[in-house]
Amino acid sequence: MTAIKVPTMQEKIAKGETPDILFWVGCSGSFDDRAKKITKAIVRILNHVGANFAVLGVEESCTGDPAKRAGNEFLFQMQAMQNITILNGYAVKKIVTGCPHCFNTIKNEYPELGGKYEVIHHTQLVQQLIDEGKLKVQGGAFKGKKIVYHDPCYLGRANDVYEAPREIIQKLDVELAEMKRSRADGLCCGAGGAQMFKEAEKGTKEVNVERAEEALSHNPDIIAVGCPFCNTMMTDGVKHFNKEDKTKVMDVAELIASANEL
Amino acid sequence: MIASIIFGIFLITGSTFFFINSKKIRRNILLGKDISITDNKLQRLKVMTLVALGQKKMFAKPIPAVLHLFLYTAFVITQIELIEIVLDGFTGHHRIFRASLGGFYTCIVSFIEIVSVLAFIGTIAFLSRRNLLKVPRLVKSELNGWPKLDANLILIGELVLICFIFMMNGADEVLYAKGASHAQNLGDGSLGLTVSSHIGPLLFGGLSNESLHIVERIGWWGHITIVFAFLNYLPFSKHLHILLAFPNTYFSNLKAKGEFKNLFEVTDVVKPNFDPTYQSVLDPNAHIKFGAKDVMDLTWKQLLDAYSCTECGRCSAACPQNITGKALSPRKIMMDTRDRLVEVGKNIDANKGTFVDDGKSLLGDYIKQEEIWACNTCNACVQECPVNIDPLSIIMDLRQQLVLEQSSAPNELNGMFTNLENNGAPWQFSPADRANWIHEQ
Repeated sequence: MTAIKVPTMQEKIAKGETPDILFWVGCSGSFDDRAKKITKAIVRILNHVGANFAVLGVEESCTGDPAKRAGNEFLFQMQAMQNITILNGYAVKKIVTGCPHCFNTIKNEYPELGGKYEVIHHTQLVQQLIDEGKLKVQGGAFKGKKIVYHDPCYLGRANDVYEAPREIIQKLDVELAEMKRSRADGLCCGAGGAQMFKEAEKGTKEVNVERAEEALSHNPDIIAVGCPFCNTMMTDGVKHFNKEDKTKVMDVAELIASANEL
Repeated sequence: MIASIIFGIFLITGSTFFFINSKKIRRNILLGKDISITDNKLQRLKVMTLVALGQKKMFAKPIPAVLHLFLYTAFVITQIELIEIVLDGFTGHHRIFRASLGGFYTCIVSFIEIVSVLAFIGTIAFLSRRNLLKVPRLVKSELNGWPKLDANLILIGELVLICFIFMMNGADEVLYAKGASHAQNLGDGSLGLTVSSHIGPLLFGGLSNESLHIVERIGWWGHITIVFAFLNYLPFSKHLHILLAFPNTYFSNLKAKGEFKNLFEVTDVVKPNFDPTYQSVLDPNAHIKFGAKDVMDLTWKQLLDAYSCTECGRCSAACPQNITGKALSPRKIMMDTRDRLVEVGKNIDANKGTFVDDGKSLLGDYIKQEEIWACNTCNACVQECPVNIDPLSIIMDLRQQLVLEQSSAPNELNGMFTNLENNGAPWQFSPADRANWIHEQ
């Protein structure tokens, strides 16, 4: 496996270069050990196609999404304006995010605060690269495997992105199974709305267990996700049923990078 | 003549009461904060046509959608018949349009009869779903008491209404065949009504002319009585959705569901820290209330949402937290908002037009923190609502109130806020380590 190349915005500017696209990594993708693998898979895809991209590195900060959804609008706007100041300082035009929550916040909530960019989620970027012929995808090790795709709420219902991840997965020559609750009717993994950072209220079941049970009822080889938080929740849910040997939880970006042996 | 006068009094009283109660609902809705929704008129009309008139979102569940369509079509089509009933009632005529409209008249009334039969079937099915099959979303605890009774009363009222229609038309068919109907005889031997020309003789064939006239009149007066009863029942019932579905879908959110509104009151304070040229516009000494504690802190659109809810519970059946047994139920959020608003309205009525603090509020007395904090903000409830109600926006406003006004977020969330403030991440990692992953091969 070749080393990844991850230029920061600062380095690019210092060299007098202007990146075409900023890769917004997100907190989970930066700090969480499992999510870092997704981040690297995205980078490998970007490196593979020779994309002229950069990351903010230590200049990146949380978009403020968990603060906003938890009701702390002050903290959200402080984070948002701090990020917008940096992004505008670098004259960023186009952003790809590794997380649907960052995607949603920057795309929908930053413009009014002065941050106007073209924002896409990494599954949309991969689809664009495939459509433009820059990225060839074959099944590889995944050929014939059964994959269930779980819609992240902030990619699906929140922004109506349902097809890009599915079209990519189908390029892998796999059997794509659909849960009863999918697309606009998709069931949350349980992490959204800042639930990731607190214990659940009293109830009869954990949301991630309910969702993992539904996904596992298809007996899939892989549960594909497009969100690092869904990844955590679904992985825990699969473990709850002791199915981690049979069913892996993988991000769509990891599927593509792995199939192409990147 | 006397009948016409009684009818006139009936019509005027019924309409006046409805008008008075509708005005109260309008006043209650306008207790909400003012927001301007005047954009994208064409698109809004399109949404209203598709979602309210076309019932697009109902068809996510085809069987109840078709049954509901029977009731809905019968309701809309019967309004045409009402025109004749009102005119007949005032003028003392009988089937005033029949002679002039001829075959077209037979066609319309027959169509009304067919949809009425379908509505009868639909109503029986709906009563069974509620009371025999006990569909989970229709028997949840928030429906105990009045909401369940309300639902059954409406359905039973509809059954009775349909029975009256067929008493009226059925008896008239028998009379017409005997040449004894008050409808103008066109020498055709039958009114030609698809259903009544068959069930009329079957049900009332053996009755005397006198009895038939009585049955016909009971049907006629019964029909119009139920219509007026319904009209005046609407303002006190979940059934109000038949009217409010239209404005509610027209004013519904057209933006991406993931976009939550940015509070300008916050922007106005935060922005100068990042943009020294920005001039704050709000008075720094004015007390700004963040989020919502009571119904008056919500917008009129959110209050319209509350009155538009027909308690179908599709929101709660799709809610990940409700499915897994938590206290949160988006339907309950809407019912609580409406019930509190009704209480506030009664308070205003009792106190000569001004609200006198009753020491209660939506947050706390109706909706508990446990419900608010369970929400995943996943938008499933918003997606599911057949009339585009947005329970999530109310939940968010209540959360803002708890955090920004009462500083009473759950401890773990306060910890997350602190991390975010200090480290720019929701976890306790140093911001200096954010790019470490690049070198961890």
